[in-house]
Amino acid sequence: MMDFQVVVLAGGTAKKLAPLVSKEVPKALLPVANRPVLSYVLELLESSNLKDLIVVVEGEDAALRVGGWISGAYVDRLHVEVAAVPEDVGTAGALRAVAHHLTANDVLIVSGDLVSDVPPGAVAATHRRHGAVVTTLLCYAPVSGPSDTGSSAGKDKVKKSRYNIVGLDPTRQLLLHIAAGAEVEKDIRVQKNILRAVGQLEIRADLMDAHMYAFKRTVLQDVLDQKDTFHSIRQDVLPYLVRTQLRSEISANGLHKVEDNANGRVSSQNYVTWMSQHREIAPSAYQELLALSPRSPENALRTHKCCAYIASKSKYCARLNSIQAFSDINRDVVGEASHLSGYSFSSQNNIIHPSAELGSKTTVGPQCMLAEGSQMGDKCSVKRSIIGRHCRIGSNVKIVNSVVMNHVTIEDGCLVQGSVICSNVHLQERVVLKDCQMVCALWPDSV
Amino acid sequence: MAQKKGHRSLSSDDPEELARVPLQAVLLADSFATKFRPITLERPKVLLPLVNAPMIDYTLAWLESVGVEEAFVFCCAHSQQVKDYLNKSQWMKQPGTFTVQPIESHDSISAGDALRVIYNLGVICGDFVLVSGDTISNMSLKEALQEHKERRKKDPLAVMTMVIKHSKPSSLTHQTRLGNDEILMAIDPDTKELLYYEDKTDQSQRFITLDKMLLASTPTLHLHNDKQDCYIDICSPEVLSLFTDNFDYQHLRRHFVKGLLVDDLMGYKIFTHEIHSSYAARIDNFRSYDTISKDIIQRWTYPMVPDVQYFGNCSQMKLDRLGIYKAPEVDQSRTAQIRAFSLIGNGTAIGDHSVISNSVIGQSCTIGRNVSIQGSYIWDNVIIEDDCKLSHALVCDGVHLRAGVVLEPGVILSFKVEVGQKIVIPAYSKVSLLPQPSKQDSDEELEYADANSGVVESPSITSIANTRNVDPVPDSPDAEHSDTSEVGISGVGYIWSTTEGGHEEEWRHSIAPIPAEKLMEFCLSAHTDLGVSNQDVNSLPASGELQLDSESTGFDDGEDYKDSADFEKEVEATFQRVLAGVNPENVILEINSLRLSYDMSHADCAGSLFYSIMKSALSAPFSSNLSFGNLI
Repeated sequence: MMDFQVVVLAGGTAKKLAPLVSKEVPKALLPVANRPVLSYVLELLESSNLKDLIVVVEGEDAALRVGGWISGAYVDRLHVEVAAVPEDVGTAGALRAVAHHLTANDVLIVSGDLVSDVPPGAVAATHRRHGAVVTTLLCYAPVSGPSDTGSSAGKDKVKKSRYNIVGLDPTRQLLLHIAAGAEVEKDIRVQKNILRAVGQLEIRADLMDAHMYAFKRTVLQDVLDQKDTFHSIRQDVLPYLVRTQLRSEISANGLHKVEDNANGRVSSQNYVTWMSQHREIAPSAYQELLALSPRSPENALRTHKCCAYIASKSKYCARLNSIQAFSDINRDVVGEASHLSGYSFSSQNNIIHPSAELGSKTTVGPQCMLAEGSQMGDKCSVKRSIIGRHCRIGSNVKIVNSVVMNHVTIEDGCLVQGSVICSNVHLQERVVLKDCQMVCALWPDSV
Repeated sequence: MAQKKGHRSLSSDDPEELARVPLQAVLLADSFATKFRPITLERPKVLLPLVNAPMIDYTLAWLESVGVEEAFVFCCAHSQQVKDYLNKSQWMKQPGTFTVQPIESHDSISAGDALRVIYNLGVICGDFVLVSGDTISNMSLKEALQEHKERRKKDPLAVMTMVIKHSKPSSLTHQTRLGNDEILMAIDPDTKELLYYEDKTDQSQRFITLDKMLLASTPTLHLHNDKQDCYIDICSPEVLSLFTDNFDYQHLRRHFVKGLLVDDLMGYKIFTHEIHSSYAARIDNFRSYDTISKDIIQRWTYPMVPDVQYFGNCSQMKLDRLGIYKAPEVDQSRTAQIRAFSLIGNGTAIGDHSVISNSVIGQSCTIGRNVSIQGSYIWDNVIIEDDCKLSHALVCDGVHLRAGVVLEPGVILSFKVEVGQKIVIPAYSKVSLLPQPSKQDSDEELEYADANSGVVESPSITSIANTRNVDPVPDSPDAEHSDTSEVGISGVGYIWSTTEGGHEEEWRHSIAPIPAEKLMEFCLSAHTDLGVSNQDVNSLPASGELQLDSESTGFDDGEDYKDSADFEKEVEATFQRVLAGVNPENVILEINSLRLSYDMSHADCAGSLFYSIMKSALSAPFSSNLSFGNLI
């Protein structure tokens, strides 16, 4: 569609998420409402009719597992190539590794841990409409659930750091400044020449970079070639392009083909008209001067556009990049953002698989999920929790605000609250878990 | 602090009286600046005519129109003249609700001092409008006042509301059309609170540095450089006490506004009110004088236009087509042309074949034949003889230009200057009867200075005439000024030398339009500038970029390479000069200094020298007999 190639950066076995992820379960396959998180991105792309995908996975083993799952689940729906790259090459490195596969005019790069309902087509359309070099998706705060409302100031700080400090033009379409909120220590440093070009710059601190970027392919390849130290798209490539947008270096090096040069020229010309629209009051001589000024190809000012697509506040957008985010997203997907889960909810606003067995006087509250083959004893109570496949849960068990993965055994009288319980865990009688965040068994292969 | 408490209790004594406090205004009839010198040595700035009415009349008329009931005119420089003018004018006489009361002070050297004086007088009892006497506006204050009052009710710390207006500075000269420097403001878009204000921006600084804490309370802020400060402020009485508490506050913006924004202890807040369709501007320099005059003639300031009687301008101006204003008694020759956007005052005579365009001519002027006046401002009782050419000049009262005088763009002729025949006054000159004060440091904040404090050797008009080899026809020397030795034979006045380093900047604030070469220059430098800025960015750690260190080293390599190439070129060029006949001793010295300045090693130096020797040997194999050996 629209000559866009899609690269999904699915990550590998991120250390940040250990021990949630492992060789068995790479990040892309972490369950969100009992589906691998990667499936959310793939279906989002499918809904925008983007079906030719390259999924980049860090590590051979992880790639095999992800590839196996994709070919099983999407065999006749998507055309997916899974590429394995070494670990710790960073997002830029991962793209370098697959750069030779890229042939389309524009490339859409999506992080595999994105859970969102923002149509990628809208980002792509914004990108095309402006002839931008890069367009990034910015989102407002993810819908905050009940666990956040009671959160301490410390948690707030964690949240705060997820946001970026973003500079936008008055129409909120051009991205003029970007910095990660956590990395800005004290001062926000805005380039004056960019402010001068637009006159008014809106600085926001409540947007986060959702890791969905549309890049002009030639520019992306140039930057990756020339700046071989760039490690990350978010931290290096994007800020670099934003910084140099009034004096672009990418197309001035003559490294790429003629057609790109022409393209670059056109966009730079657009930019000049855009600047002059903003100059409402100016010495009348300015217009002539623009014509006078030496615009020979070598020293003409090259500019490029960096755009932003800001998702509306009603859209859900979150990245599974921390353990906190894992439980938040799991909760949201069966709760406030339930349309993302793809399941049909019962009249009690929950999902109980027909094969699940419930004992007498066991209640499953709204915004809960009970997957296939799970059994629950008598007098249990489940609130706002997700229980995976083939779990065995005894009697008098309370599960609140938790995620229980597959094949978990919980014996009688346990209380699980605000915790994540990984697959194959066995909880014996009367275990009380409160806000444990995580309980994992040792994996069979590592014993 | 005690004073402040006293003040607070006073204002909170009876709230019902507070509700009916008359709207007051403080008008600073002194700009505390020297931008209008040499004219302001003789007359205060607020009394200078702007399209045939003194500036202060515009301000007072506006204050009256917005419902101000009491206006306190603070006079400092030439206070007697201001008071005399007010006494004569109808402002003091009229029986209406608008009263004008002069306040005189002689030792105030800044707006801060003025406000402290007013505080001590204790005349201000509620919110007041603070303007300077050179403000031209037709905005309605109702909305801004309302906003201010409502904010005050909710938050007593909101002490001031500033009026701002959209005005994009030129991207080349970084100044607005009023000739002001660009202003950087950060404004909260929801509350309109001013969060950051920077007027004298450092052009060499490529980044604007904002405190991250600004975004702690609000998720978003707007950073502007396209707003113009109209210098119309609605202040609460606390502003005066703040000035008294902080005795070092001098400048309204640079000290007071910045001081409040930086100080988070007291938590005083400043808000902005943006106007869109109405007019508000302040005459800060000659360029704004020019711009605002044109705005008045083109009726942006309606109803403050010459043909509407809004104050005592009794002269019945008549508006013709093409924006030509004429007083009833103009003696215009049949062959004289008055072109678009001009104003001719009462009792002025214009001779044959003279052409006037885009200019303002005052009352009782005499303009000879074949005179061309373009974009100029001629005040009252000026005599311009035949064949003069004036472009973009400002000519004060009583000036006499003899035949054939040429005023180049940007010339200022102060009161009663006389210029001899066929003299060309160079661009941007300022000519005054008063000699230039030699030192300006201590009195810089004052409009007037002791004229006798020191006299700089300024070339008189005669000396210019001599250097130009024009024979000035002996004219009757002015008896009045014959005591000064520098008075010319045909002219009277001193040409002021521009202050050191000021000459390049003279064009910025001049009446003359910015010369095209200048703009071209800026255009070119903007290109190179941006290039430099990018390299700067690379060497300065920009926030949010972790890999920067390694990246910038990559850049440094490029730089090095460029440097060595440069060095080789330089050495070669220097070496060529030996062949051209320059003393080898000197060249050795030069090459050595080149080596040092590029920080190159001896080997590099010898290498590039050898290269140049070989190169020259190749190109001119037979011609050179010099021994190269002693060079190395």
